[in-house]
Amino acid sequence: MNIASYNFAYLDEQTKRMIRRAILKAIAIPGYQVPFASREMPMPYGWGTGGVQVTAAIIGPNDVLKVIDQGADDTTNAVSIRAFFQKVANVAVTTKTGDASIIQTRHRIPEKPLGQGQVLVYQVPIPEPLRFLEPRETETRKMHALEEYGLMHVKLYEDIARHGRIATSYAYPVKVEGRYVMDPSPTPKFDNPKMHMSPALQLFGAGREKRIYAVPPFTDVVSLDFEDHPFEIQTFTEPCALCGSTGVYLDEVILDDRGGRMFVCSDTDHCEECRDEH
Amino acid sequence: MESTHIEGGFTAPVLDGQAVFRAVMDAMSRPGTVQKLAAGTNPPAPLAASAAAVALTLCDHDTPVWLDPALKGVETVSAWLSFQTGAPYAHTPADAHFALIAEPATMISLDNFAQGSQDYPDRSTTLILQVETLEAGAVLTLEGPGIETATRLAPGPMPRHFVEQWRQNNARFPRGVDVILAAPGAVACLPRTTRISTTEA
Repeated sequence: MNIASYNFAYLDEQTKRMIRRAILKAIAIPGYQVPFASREMPMPYGWGTGGVQVTAAIIGPNDVLKVIDQGADDTTNAVSIRAFFQKVANVAVTTKTGDASIIQTRHRIPEKPLGQGQVLVYQVPIPEPLRFLEPRETETRKMHALEEYGLMHVKLYEDIARHGRIATSYAYPVKVEGRYVMDPSPTPKFDNPKMHMSPALQLFGAGREKRIYAVPPFTDVVSLDFEDHPFEIQTFTEPCALCGSTGVYLDEVILDDRGGRMFVCSDTDHCEECRDEH
Repeated sequence: MESTHIEGGFTAPVLDGQAVFRAVMDAMSRPGTVQKLAAGTNPPAPLAASAAAVALTLCDHDTPVWLDPALKGVETVSAWLSFQTGAPYAHTPADAHFALIAEPATMISLDNFAQGSQDYPDRSTTLILQVETLEAGAVLTLEGPGIETATRLAPGPMPRHFVEQWRQNNARFPRGVDVILAAPGAVACLPRTTRISTTEA
């Protein structure tokens, strides 16, 4: 007997409608965090419950799903979320960025430029960019309402005062369409420029914090900076040790206990594709 | 209860709802694009099939719905929607999460609906306008998020002084209403971020 039979894509229909309404509002107000009634999911908070709920609310039988964790298709979080949707929605899955219609991601944007019609779903731990500067939700809400973002600039300035440069290297704050300051989730700032005027729809789900926000396609996403300290991304001196790519984000891999290490692409699909070409 | 209230909903509610939502999501994220609706409904007149499909996809007991006089005057429409969605009816347009408008040309002005607050701009009304066409009306030029440079949409019939009303809607940002245009077999959307101008001026 098949006792474990779920509704398509796991969530019940009322939950999906609630999330869908939040997604539409999020798209209409780019960068604004829409509160939603986040559900408990069959995985712990911090493992992508927000992203999973967004994906479950939008996915259909014709979608092709790709899931990445720090750029990799083959790590625990990515594998289990992919298996989850294979089981509860019976959708096709892929590791190829170009073949996917929905890409759920934890903390990276694929190296291959995304196209129109693709949806990038981010798993977000702390959606509020001002939270570590101001713990009170009542105050941060007021700051967003009044477009009062001085505190964030003070934080970046203190970076410069202390380190001589803006030392924030991930979850680097952006301003969306000249209005809301938004946390791009803990992606490396290397990926920030990819958000700007992207042809793909970008949806952000924070399960524990119960917020959904969005960046529609072709939307201005500007990383905050100063005239004399302009925004800059990480650069790497060596190419990827496996595929030889340059201009991509690299992970450091420790090889032994004598200081041996190598730098390889964080985007496994990109790395495999490059190696296949050579 | 009469069977007319029970029949005419989605044939496959889960997958139809998903298909209609994706069309609306694509339309909302790329304003001005016309998205085909694959799934249909068969509601009592004058409620249009596409507007009803959007309502069935998005409305439920959590979302007060406001009907314009043309829809409110027909008892079978409100009975059908109540049965299909379970949504309560809003007493005033300012209480509505969704508004269904069968006759946009004579509708009340956009500022009568909930605009959201500066703190919670999401607490605004989403208007579902029944239009006859998205291609043969007066041409509107659209710019803003979701649009690479500029695009055109020609919906009709539209509310009176729509471009001027929409300019005021833009000025209220981040507050403001969002519009779903439901034409036969297709939808297009105008989120509050979209800037509209007319070509003949």
